[in-house]
Amino acid sequence: MTLHAFDQLWVYLSGAPLLYLLVTLLAFWLATVLNKRFGGTPFLHPVLVAIVLIICFLLITHTTYATYFDGAQFIHFLLGPATVALAVPLYDHLARVRSMLIPLGLACVGGIIISAFMTLGLATAMGAPHQLLVTLAPKSVTSPIAMGIADQLGGIPSLAAGLVLITGAIGAATGPVVFRLLKIRDHTVQGFTMGLSAHGFGTAHCFSSISALAGAFAGLAMGLTGLLTAILLPLLVKLFGL
Amino acid sequence: MPLLVGMCVLLTCQLIGELIARGASLPIPGPVIGMMVLLVGLMLHGRTPDGVRLTSEGLLRYLALLFVPAGVGVMTHFELIRANLWTLIITLIVSTVVTQALTALLLRRLNRHRLEDHEAESQP
Repeated sequence: MTLHAFDQLWVYLSGAPLLYLLVTLLAFWLATVLNKRFGGTPFLHPVLVAIVLIICFLLITHTTYATYFDGAQFIHFLLGPATVALAVPLYDHLARVRSMLIPLGLACVGGIIISAFMTLGLATAMGAPHQLLVTLAPKSVTSPIAMGIADQLGGIPSLAAGLVLITGAIGAATGPVVFRLLKIRDHTVQGFTMGLSAHGFGTAHCFSSISALAGAFAGLAMGLTGLLTAILLPLLVKLFGL
Repeated sequence: MPLLVGMCVLLTCQLIGELIARGASLPIPGPVIGMMVLLVGLMLHGRTPDGVRLTSEGLLRYLALLFVPAGVGVMTHFELIRANLWTLIITLIVSTVVTQALTALLLRRLNRHRLEDHEAESQP
């Protein structure tokens, strides 16, 4: 193929959603294979590796994020129905959820306050600018809710989405270590903690590496934390005088 | 057919969720309200229809993949991230670990009287 023909092909492909849809799937597949090869280490979390691979590809080919997202939005769209689908594992374990409703509610409020206090306290102490502080604040909430909260508080919604993901990957990596050190073996406690601290990432990790029971509680925690954070965080931020 | 029915149910719940969120101008995203709509629906129906289960389990198995397109968005904020790199790294790691440890201990304490039977069941 001549260089000119290749150029034309590239111009055609890079304008169509097909290419970036495929790039996303291939990068994730490659990242999953890599992760398995290295014994499933959380430091090579498939999502993080896939994101790094795709960013490298986009930088090398001088592609903007907007062009990429035109293709990748078809995958992004499925986050909506997948969030709704969390009701199914939740329904499967409804009896257990009901019997633990009060402890779960209290733990959720406690976890949100601890998370906000630690995040705002540390970032303030280290001199983060105001805009970054309010973007960081909702980091342990699922990305659509976090983006809404960051926007409402005067932060940057798209950066909030990125920080949420990094938090999720960190949480999925540190969670099992924390549970081992504290000797926490109950799958309901593990799942709830993962969902509260690492939203959908923690939930995905529970389904793939702990159990469906842990996944159900993670999904519950993710939804509940999202709801309560949307209500509590603006108050907590005000308390910090931001 | 089951997949078609399942997807229709999920999207209908999401649509109802969006309508409620917009209509009442709640700060909560539509899909989260949609999740509650589906949960109430399943409770009223008394069981999970096969199509809904099939579609839901398929989507949840690939949940991690669905976060990738949004995550690539960090590339638009390299400057701000670079300027605050250590603040971000330390804040994210320390606050996540402390939140996990304290939440897990809190829930275990609140739930202590029910712990033994869970632990027995949860053992791999």
